[in-house]
Amino acid sequence: MHDAPSQKEMIEAVKAFIDNTAMPSLKGHAAFHARVASNVLATVLREMDIRPEAESEEVQRLTNLLGEAPGQSAAVLNQKLCEQIRSGDISLTTPGLLSHLKTTTISQLSVDQPGYSGLKAR
Amino acid sequence: MLFRVIVAKMGNAEQIQKALTAWAGQFYGPESSLEHVARLSGGASQETWSVDVAAAGKKHELILRRVPGGFQQSARNSEAIGLATEARLLECASGTVPAPKVLGVFSPDSDMGEAFLMNRISGETIARKILRDDAYSFAREKLTAQCGKALAGIHAIPVSELPDLPETPGLAQLDKYEDIYRGFDMPRPVFELAISWLRQNPPPPSPAVLVHGDFRLGNLIVDESGLAAVLDWELAHLGDPREDIAWLCVNSWRFGHSENRVGGFGQLDDLLSAYADAGGQNFSAEEIDWWEILGSLKWGIMCMIMYEAYRSGADPSVERAAIGRRVSETEIDLLNLLEGKA
Repeated sequence: MHDAPSQKEMIEAVKAFIDNTAMPSLKGHAAFHARVASNVLATVLREMDIRPEAESEEVQRLTNLLGEAPGQSAAVLNQKLCEQIRSGDISLTTPGLLSHLKTTTISQLSVDQPGYSGLKAR
Repeated sequence: MLFRVIVAKMGNAEQIQKALTAWAGQFYGPESSLEHVARLSGGASQETWSVDVAAAGKKHELILRRVPGGFQQSARNSEAIGLATEARLLECASGTVPAPKVLGVFSPDSDMGEAFLMNRISGETIARKILRDDAYSFAREKLTAQCGKALAGIHAIPVSELPDLPETPGLAQLDKYEDIYRGFDMPRPVFELAISWLRQNPPPPSPAVLVHGDFRLGNLIVDESGLAAVLDWELAHLGDPREDIAWLCVNSWRFGHSENRVGGFGQLDDLLSAYADAGGQNFSAEEIDWWEILGSLKWGIMCMIMYEAYRSGADPSVERAAIGRRVSETEIDLLNLLEGKA
């Protein structure tokens, strides 16, 4: 299959159209939604850059933290982590939990809202 | 008569115009005239209209709060208390808390539909302007103490004088929001950790007082000298006074100014001492943490609720989709708070 233009180029082209052509000619609610749409595409572009590596590291950490066999998906491992927190087997004082969750959340925010103030706090 | 209406639905506007003219004739006298009526943006659950009435050479600037279309269609927001109760609360608050004065209340079977009129208070509600503009630099210095005093005033209103309100203590709110979260079947480990910590460390119960429920920038009118009015009482309930104090501290309501725990403009110790000086209980900063964690969790789940409107197809807008990517903001806030509890 071809990749010219690539996914990234196609999204960038649509984002440029929204930013430079559509948004200036829109007013009120539609202009607001155009800005949100542009932000969504920026989120997709960041996710394409960041997610593959961040998620494989997340899986590695979850596998170690839970003592699970390798080869399971992030979704399955996170489901297991949720169950163990809920049952009390894993808690705030479990070694490695907080640092894992912090690293994961910081990666997530660097995709979702890289300018969020909570990233700088403390 | 100078009369202008800026609105999409003329039928709605004509109905409001007629009802306002009749009300003004009674309230200000037959010589009064309606000068200007305009729908204001914002306020998803209620209509808000700006109304000017001229009477005896004087202009009266008013705000009309009205149920959309004049009738309550359904339980849009199961927590909202209804406009008649909101008007009654403003009356209870007047004298002790800066708040608009209620001038008229309309019942659901009136020509107006369910609504009330109050005086319009000038000032700013947009948080980013209040936190940034030079015009509010003096106001920002005063605001923390003024909020402490206003909260103490709200919490001191005798419960026996209040209209019927739901009583929702912290753990009941945790139950409710946990149910909603589990209903989405989108597991989030940080939320699990917050829920489990909140359950294991419940605060000692405190006698129920009137809780405003949404006391934060956006719902406060601020002028050059500080707090001018407390608005949006529709989430009021009976509960724990620490809920209001902590909600003002939730990082989402600091609008980027994280270093100022109180609303992006003040320090918690200053708020708590102003609160106690004004007759409120003596709370320590540590006692606020449980409620701030609950507040961040609630806001995170509210963002999930808004995203669910997209996922379910109820609201296909890009804005509803995008808000799902704000849930992680509350996750980092929860981790920052929980880190201090490990």
